[in-house]
Amino acid sequence: MRPLPQVRPRQVLLTTIPSDAHMWNLVFLQLLLEEKGCNVVNLGQCTPIDLVRDTALAMRPDLIVVSTVNGHGHLDSVRLVTELRRHPELADVTVVIGGKLGISGADNVRYAGQLIDAGFDAVFEADTDAAATDRLVELVAPRPVLGTRK
Amino acid sequence: MTAPDRFQRFVERSHDDGRLVVQPRMGFPSIDAMRAGLLAVRDSAAGTVGTITVDSFTRVNDNDSARRAIETGTPLNGFPVVAHGVTGTRAVLDGVAGPDFPVQVRHGSALPYQLIEAALAAGVDATEGGPVSYCLPYSRVPLRESTDDWARSCDLIAAHSSPLHLETFGGCMLGQLCPPSVLVALSVLEAMFFAEHGISSVSVSYAQQTHLGQDIAAVRALRRLAAERLAGLHWHTVVYTFMGVYPRSEIGAFGLLEDSVRLAVAGGAQRLVVKTPAEAHRIPTIAENVSALEFAAAVAAFAEPEEPAADEPDPIYREAARIIDATVTLAPTVGAALVAAFAKGLLDIPYCLHRDNAGLARAGIDATGRLCWTDPGRIPVEGRFAGRAGIGSAELLEMLNHNRDNFDRIMLTGMRKEVSR
Repeated sequence: MRPLPQVRPRQVLLTTIPSDAHMWNLVFLQLLLEEKGCNVVNLGQCTPIDLVRDTALAMRPDLIVVSTVNGHGHLDSVRLVTELRRHPELADVTVVIGGKLGISGADNVRYAGQLIDAGFDAVFEADTDAAATDRLVELVAPRPVLGTRK
Repeated sequence: MTAPDRFQRFVERSHDDGRLVVQPRMGFPSIDAMRAGLLAVRDSAAGTVGTITVDSFTRVNDNDSARRAIETGTPLNGFPVVAHGVTGTRAVLDGVAGPDFPVQVRHGSALPYQLIEAALAAGVDATEGGPVSYCLPYSRVPLRESTDDWARSCDLIAAHSSPLHLETFGGCMLGQLCPPSVLVALSVLEAMFFAEHGISSVSVSYAQQTHLGQDIAAVRALRRLAAERLAGLHWHTVVYTFMGVYPRSEIGAFGLLEDSVRLAVAGGAQRLVVKTPAEAHRIPTIAENVSALEFAAAVAAFAEPEEPAADEPDPIYREAARIIDATVTLAPTVGAALVAAFAKGLLDIPYCLHRDNAGLARAGIDATGRLCWTDPGRIPVEGRFAGRAGIGSAELLEMLNHNRDNFDRIMLTGMRKEVSR
């Protein structure tokens, strides 16, 4: 008999930045990621950088999603990703950021380069990328691991 | 009973003259801009009170960052009351605030002591918030800590020679998808908390939700409960124009604002805090604020309280009264009772991620456009509920965008999606 495909749920750490008090974006993303089969730890609003780092070190997630809409994302998130990447255990984890990253609407795309340089693997700006959540979903698409049980 | 303060007095006088008081959510970082904004609001064609909204650094007591921003000319999203200090704040108010134009500081702080100390010293007329409403939705501060800080702040206000009028923000938990009975109950409970700490002049609040008839019933239920539970206080009712996802089109945004005016008039509220159509895109200018205020005042002048079809207020009244009673019996003080009720889940804000929120309750929007429980968790409400299973990310998004989609449709079709009652 052929082995059944085994899917290990993706472990996702969902967070925002210290200055961002918005909550609905985090509530929505948790539901979306759970529907896609992820195990989600949602740290909630105004997340201190130390808390994100400590949780990431303890949890060793497959993916860290930073969602921010208050316009300070391009400032606070550089400090966040720099701190995460300082730890060898987190050097290879996929870290993505999305939302409204500045206060300039569509012009916020100009921050994408510096955010990638700072250590993010992907940057989604809501004002220019209507399909941003679709691209996030692609990142967590289940990849079956063939079982080897007899 | 002592004579009312000048904020309450102005609102009562306007109401007696048949005028709804309208108020912006306005805040600018510099003394000159803040003063110019208040003067434009005062001299507008509407009956107004003034607003100083603080910036987000001041909200979290990061006054050093606010001072640095002032020094370097970095724009802030509001007026930093503590960083500008008593002198700077007085410079904004002198010759602007008065018996015919009282001014309120709006902030959003879970730990407001320092800010309230500065506002009192500067001669501000009023402020707002509450131990729950400014803790659970906007901060990570433990509820007990916020409650202690708000208790000290109220004690400070009560001991002052000219105390501030204090408005609860309890009528707006997360801005959307919180059923009316919990908004009404929290608004009254926070006002009872203020009274317990010696505050003698309060306002109770309710934020516009998704259905005009349901909202009118909620405001009427709120006024009845406030009359019963706030005996001996000076009080009035304030309505907020919708605080959730806002229409993108100008006509849709003005349509939603217009409904909030009708809500305030039909509900019997005395004051309305408006939103400007620009807010969906950026921080509005002074002129945009004034135009929204004058529009709201004009709608109010012609609105008939009996005109819109309203739901029966009794069910919301009964549900809110049951929640209040279940809460206050938990502890000898309202402050301790609020903390205990959240710990037990008797009070629970749907979808709120704060650690001190039980997070068991879920709410949705029914086929008629009214807010409803899908699962009340441990909140003591009666009835049969649909259960939370149906609410996935797509449904959540649709509900969050309900007002925006509904009012933006006016632009395309000349009518809203819903015509059903």
